[in-house]
Amino acid sequence: MKRLFAYPYILWMGIFIVVPLLLVVYYSVTATGPDGNTIFTFDHFRRFFAPITPGMDQPLRERIFVSVALRSIRLALQSTGICLLLGYPVAYIMTRKEYSEKSVLLFMLLVPMWMNFLLRTYAWLTILERNGLVNQLLSRMGLPMIDILYTDAAVLLGMVYNFLPFMILPIYTSLKKMDPRLIEAAQDLGAGGVSVFARVVFPLSLPGVISGITMVFMPGAATFIISNLLGGQQYFLLGNLVEMQFLNVGDWHFGSAIAVIMMLLMVASMVILSLFDKGENQGRSTII
Amino acid sequence: MNRIIDLVDVSMTYGKQTVLNHVDLYINQNEFLTLLGPSGCGKTTTLRIIGGFEQPTTGDVLFNGTSILHTPPHKRPLNTIFQRYALFPHLDVAGNVAFGLKIKKKPREVINKKIADMLRLVNLEGYESRSTLSLSGGQQQRVAIARALANEPQVLLLDEPLGALDLQLRKEMQVELKNMQRELGITFVFVTHDQEEALTMSDTIAVMNEGRILQIGKPEDIYNEPKNAFVARFIGESNILEGIMREDFRVSFANAEFACIDKGFAQNEAVDIVVRPEDVRICAQNEGRVKGRVTQVIFKGVHYEMHVEAQGFLWKIHSTVQAPAGEEVGLDIAPDLIHVMKKENGKRNTESGIKGAEGSAS
Repeated sequence: MKRLFAYPYILWMGIFIVVPLLLVVYYSVTATGPDGNTIFTFDHFRRFFAPITPGMDQPLRERIFVSVALRSIRLALQSTGICLLLGYPVAYIMTRKEYSEKSVLLFMLLVPMWMNFLLRTYAWLTILERNGLVNQLLSRMGLPMIDILYTDAAVLLGMVYNFLPFMILPIYTSLKKMDPRLIEAAQDLGAGGVSVFARVVFPLSLPGVISGITMVFMPGAATFIISNLLGGQQYFLLGNLVEMQFLNVGDWHFGSAIAVIMMLLMVASMVILSLFDKGENQGRSTII
Repeated sequence: MNRIIDLVDVSMTYGKQTVLNHVDLYINQNEFLTLLGPSGCGKTTTLRIIGGFEQPTTGDVLFNGTSILHTPPHKRPLNTIFQRYALFPHLDVAGNVAFGLKIKKKPREVINKKIADMLRLVNLEGYESRSTLSLSGGQQQRVAIARALANEPQVLLLDEPLGALDLQLRKEMQVELKNMQRELGITFVFVTHDQEEALTMSDTIAVMNEGRILQIGKPEDIYNEPKNAFVARFIGESNILEGIMREDFRVSFANAEFACIDKGFAQNEAVDIVVRPEDVRICAQNEGRVKGRVTQVIFKGVHYEMHVEAQGFLWKIHSTVQAPAGEEVGLDIAPDLIHVMKKENGKRNTESGIKGAEGSAS
């Protein structure tokens, strides 16, 4: 009987997740042959890794798609790292607060998420642009203006801003679940503040840290809206590349191949993360 | 004997609530001291103050004569076994036992030897790499003991450590803990609400209620000479009746006069009378000082428990000889088995009947 209720969801997943996924894989390994037939090929993947001439005025051949992929990974790693550094203390402080203060902090964290994602990111545009809020403030104070819009820094800022709650919440949950007596037990056994944190609090919050990392790194590596808005039209990450192949170029085969490469990247990173999680906390859920 | 811990006039208030009310307590070296009392009596708070997890509102805590009031828990030379053990779930058994030693940066060989020694002590050899989550309650308990003792504390604090175990295991652990304490020569401060546990294990029992220590002494003394009705009710089972002290060595209760061995009360002072169930003698009706009727007989293994209604009071009587239910009997009590107590804080003890005969076994 219970199983019956799962069927609509299974059906939903089948139609909207499994079938499209298979289609993407299908497109990535096929091409239209010279006589109009569909042929099986790995050419799209080869193309991704091959050096090409990027433009007429640039005679240098470079592996442009690979470098876009590397930039995506670098930015995703950077934003994940910054989110972790910013988010962990916030989560830690939240668990230490009284109930009422805690709710206010949580509320403040969640309010921006009620706003549309696009809108939130657009808002940064007006803050960062040449005559935006930041620069107006700087010039009022007689300081030199900064020009960070359409740079890596702006994209990074947008990513950190948008993904930070996804780092804080799972860490907060895992810290909150922790038995406060474990901290007392550690103190009792001679551990000072730093020791308690390093030997007990942090290891026990690892499941939260790992789901936080997953939840920031994945969308970070796949984003195309943030990079598009804050990085500008010429700024390319893997997500933008896929978007461009599908919407502008119309090369579904190559776009699918890039998407498959992205997926493999994600799967690899998940596998690596699960290795860290293993053995640390048997029986503890990593889901927030 | 050397005093190792001194609590000097310790009080603790949370807002308006008084948890500890001017507690004075000293603990001798190598003593097994039990803080015994109902939940909320302040026994755990007292232990946490000694451990450094709570700061008393007023008063001082001395360790070997020196104040440790401002010493944080991790610098105090004592270790705690927590309620529900608080084992580290991310470490295996050996990791838990070695925790304190690793912080002290002991060499690896010393740590490994200590782990082996401790696990042998608590009968958990071969469990080094087991996850603590896979252990039973009793095994977790043993790991907690090994973890605390590995640090060679001078004082071990135990916060209801046996509460989560089943009866059989609890009894075994009581004996084991007592033996360990004797062998290692460590001072144990043990918190429990279980009077039987306290009587079994302790050198000294401090009975607490409402933030005060009501009586402190050897288990025998506390059982045989409870200072007031609360202690009597809490330790062992007892019949508590209202009485009037006629004069020195003469007391009347249950509409009868009894010889007793107490003196120093005012003439006709209202008092509480405590009589242990095993101290009431059942005899033929015409021989007894009080006449009554047996209402119920319960077989308890070693003895029978009989409820006898006499003079409006339901007596609880333990005897190896059974008087069948419905029988008219006489009751008598020897003078030295009648415990006469001053009324608590002038409060009238309004309990009577079956409530007065209520034991603390529940």
